[in-house]
Amino acid sequence: MVGYKFCEKLRAKTTEEHIDITVFGEEPWPAYDRVHLSAYFSGSTAKDLMMAPRSWYEENNIDLHTNELIVQINREDKQVITHTGVDYTYDKLIIATGSGAFVPPINGVDKKGVFVYRTLEDLDAILDYSKKAKSAAVIGGGLLGLEAAKAVLDMNLAAHVVEFAPRLMPRQLDEAGSSILQGKLEALGINILLSKNTQKITGNGKLTGLEFTDGSKLETDMLIISAGIKPRDELAAECGLATAARGGVIVNEFLQTEDPDIYAIGEAASYKEMVYGLVAPGYEMASQVVNQIVNDEVKPFMGFDMSTKLKLIGVDVASFGDPFGQIEPTIPIVYENKNSGIYKRINISTDGKRLVGGILVGEASAYNMLLQMTQNKMPLPPEPEDLILGARGGKEAAGAGVENLPDEAQICSCENVTKGDICKIITEDGVSKVDEIKACTKAGTGCGGCMPMVNDLLKYQLKAMGRAVKNVLCEHFEYSRQELLDIVKIKKIKTFDSLLDEVGQGDGCETCKPAVASILSSTWNELITEQDTIQDTNDRFLANIQRGGTYSVVPRIPGGEITPEKLIVIGEVAKKYKLYTKITGGQRIDMFGARVDLLPDIWEELINAGFESGHAYGKSLRTVKSCVGSTWCRYGVQDSVSFAIQVEERYRGLRSPHKLKGAVSGCIRECAEAQSKDFGIIATEKGWNLYICGNGGSKPQHALLLINDVDTETCLKFIDRFLMFYIRTAEPLTRTATWLNKLEGGLDYVRDVVVNDSLGIGEELEREMQFMIDTYSCEWKDVVNNPALRAKFKHFVNADVEDPSLKWTDMRGQKIPAAW
Amino acid sequence: MISELEKYKTADTSKVSTWYKAAEVSAIPENGGACIKYNDLQIAIFNFSRRNEWYACQNLCPHKMQMILSRGMIGSSEGEPKVACPFHKKTFSLKTGKNINGDTCDIATYPIKIEEGFVYVGFE
Repeated sequence: MVGYKFCEKLRAKTTEEHIDITVFGEEPWPAYDRVHLSAYFSGSTAKDLMMAPRSWYEENNIDLHTNELIVQINREDKQVITHTGVDYTYDKLIIATGSGAFVPPINGVDKKGVFVYRTLEDLDAILDYSKKAKSAAVIGGGLLGLEAAKAVLDMNLAAHVVEFAPRLMPRQLDEAGSSILQGKLEALGINILLSKNTQKITGNGKLTGLEFTDGSKLETDMLIISAGIKPRDELAAECGLATAARGGVIVNEFLQTEDPDIYAIGEAASYKEMVYGLVAPGYEMASQVVNQIVNDEVKPFMGFDMSTKLKLIGVDVASFGDPFGQIEPTIPIVYENKNSGIYKRINISTDGKRLVGGILVGEASAYNMLLQMTQNKMPLPPEPEDLILGARGGKEAAGAGVENLPDEAQICSCENVTKGDICKIITEDGVSKVDEIKACTKAGTGCGGCMPMVNDLLKYQLKAMGRAVKNVLCEHFEYSRQELLDIVKIKKIKTFDSLLDEVGQGDGCETCKPAVASILSSTWNELITEQDTIQDTNDRFLANIQRGGTYSVVPRIPGGEITPEKLIVIGEVAKKYKLYTKITGGQRIDMFGARVDLLPDIWEELINAGFESGHAYGKSLRTVKSCVGSTWCRYGVQDSVSFAIQVEERYRGLRSPHKLKGAVSGCIRECAEAQSKDFGIIATEKGWNLYICGNGGSKPQHALLLINDVDTETCLKFIDRFLMFYIRTAEPLTRTATWLNKLEGGLDYVRDVVVNDSLGIGEELEREMQFMIDTYSCEWKDVVNNPALRAKFKHFVNADVEDPSLKWTDMRGQKIPAAW
Repeated sequence: MISELEKYKTADTSKVSTWYKAAEVSAIPENGGACIKYNDLQIAIFNFSRRNEWYACQNLCPHKMQMILSRGMIGSSEGEPKVACPFHKKTFSLKTGKNINGDTCDIATYPIKIEEGFVYVGFE
């Protein structure tokens, strides 16, 4: 990775006329992304992991030799010699050989079934062996070991992690942080053994288990050793260059070895007895060597901050500055929540003025800000605990703090881009888009973790320059969604093309087409099949696209109530068309794996049996979930099922800025989880409580009480008004929770508009909703009965054959698409 | 799967040896695409009627190796005609095949012409 980065940075500054670059690698592939190796187990291919395809090397005139091991460096003649005996001369030599796996000297490591976790070939060997295994143990509970444990989980094996230290990630976490992480990993089914010193690998030829020095044993079918790295310094040592006792070619602050024409970078280098096993310092080293070669200004390498934030098996873990607060006297502030699995610790200086370091487990969104405060010695707020608990009792401003950062604050650590670098291209080069910032500075092109800050910085800087930050749809429309909706209404525009002609420019794109399609639907409610090519693929083919390019089919099951006869129809259809079936989160049944050409036939059978479209493919009303309510339940106080069906049928097919979900619970026990929905209704003795703007998803948010104890008619009236108000005013692809968070005045304002009718538009909103209800028709019914529309559902327009690229495998007795 | 990708090579109009009669013009939706089969190749054809232009490219999106581009939305980016893959919205220039919004590798494009109501795609 670091070698590749060196090439990229050198070619950005010179062409082949000035400098020839020759790259040697012993592996059969060009450089690949080792940081994301475990993605290989969840479907990524070798090609996905490549830093750049071979064609990149060709285009940049870099002579790439893979499968070619350098076996000797001849410093006198400035030559390297490959394993086939060919020699090449150099002016400057860069050793970026990285590291191999460190294998502790345990009795039996040579047994079959013992692997290291380092190269793509290792991974292939692991994958191959795993087919015969039921369980795998990983030696190493650090960063690399837990990555390997994720791979074990992805292979569907029972996972054990064996760590020598008394805690996980001993370099990054303290005892309490480790214990929270351990709890989270155990909940995922990983067996964690701490303070275990492996004495022996047992088995006759093939491993069967481990024996520890405390006498305990562990049975396992496989063992993956991922306990650390060993710099690949043998080549340097052999030609007489000094190497460090703990491995690595010794370099000075200019990354030079003892031989000034030979540099070492990345994990192969040792600077002041330290090997930097992260990507960011490696990239920085590459950068500084490039600067020396092209005679640019060189910043001496003086060590590197080892702060890191990562997602380990789905758990956020971050550690920054001095995580243990041991380098100087500090005072820790700790927040620990074993219930939700969150641990946060910050270490502040004894004078209470500076942040020195800290640890975050389970929730690490504050990492970027905390790291900046640490690195830039920024003053602490009066109550430093706000940093990890959030300002309580007041509203937290989004992106709080970017304005306070000094210019030298590093925003992107992978590419070493500072706030000053980014602000400069905004103010001086007139850059106004995030993509342009990425292209010009490379910020955010590595791990991508800094993108929220880059976004905030752009907004802040544009605002500071007095440039209106207007939420325009895209380059084709200089209007916000709300403005376009008004234009559509006032000018009575019914097609995308006429809107583009009237107020837009260019030809449209994948951003504005579906946004306008949604606006047109929410205003005129005409069948979306009439303008099928402005719809996103799901709306174009009225089904949800899935891996492999087939679709899933979801008939509407209002309120989740279904007769046995209809259940049988779904079963028969799924069986006939060989569909994978699964119950959805919205109380209906999803049938996966339908070829595009079979969709009309499948729907014809469903419609003949009395089903209609479930609109699972649309940014529209999905389901209104219900609990069984007072008809059966001994606690129920209202008939929640009947009301849920009424509500679902009222809003079915309603197109909106994003998907909409509702629920009705029959009593306060709230079994329908209504408070997690865009609109949720909970029965009371006197009527219904109406909650709005709850969302699941990546940022879950509870719904808020709009009004309590209203009768059925009033409840529907307020939902009508609320939904229409949201549809009118939200930005594209904004769910109700985000919409409410951005709305000035928040819930009180919505209540004023919806309940108190402060804008005097209540009746208008109700009328608009009534129009939607009156003009609803099932899209699939229309397609099934229209031969011209049916003809659009084909993979090839010139051949009556199915897509030959579809590939299936079997899982638990059903088909699934082959991994991509 | 890599071998699948290597089947697709951009064809140069001046070197076309075969003009394959792919479909009737009416089979391709306005401002949209459809897929045709030519031997073991899948080619996406786009009728960019707003610009009065036609384009052809591989149907295979190289990002996740999915046969899908013909079902993508078309549009333009600073005047450059493009198609967006339905899966993850990677966009490719219909003229050069270059990935516009990322580092995914290029797609192959093919010459296309309309004669007497039929669409022809050129192969070398």
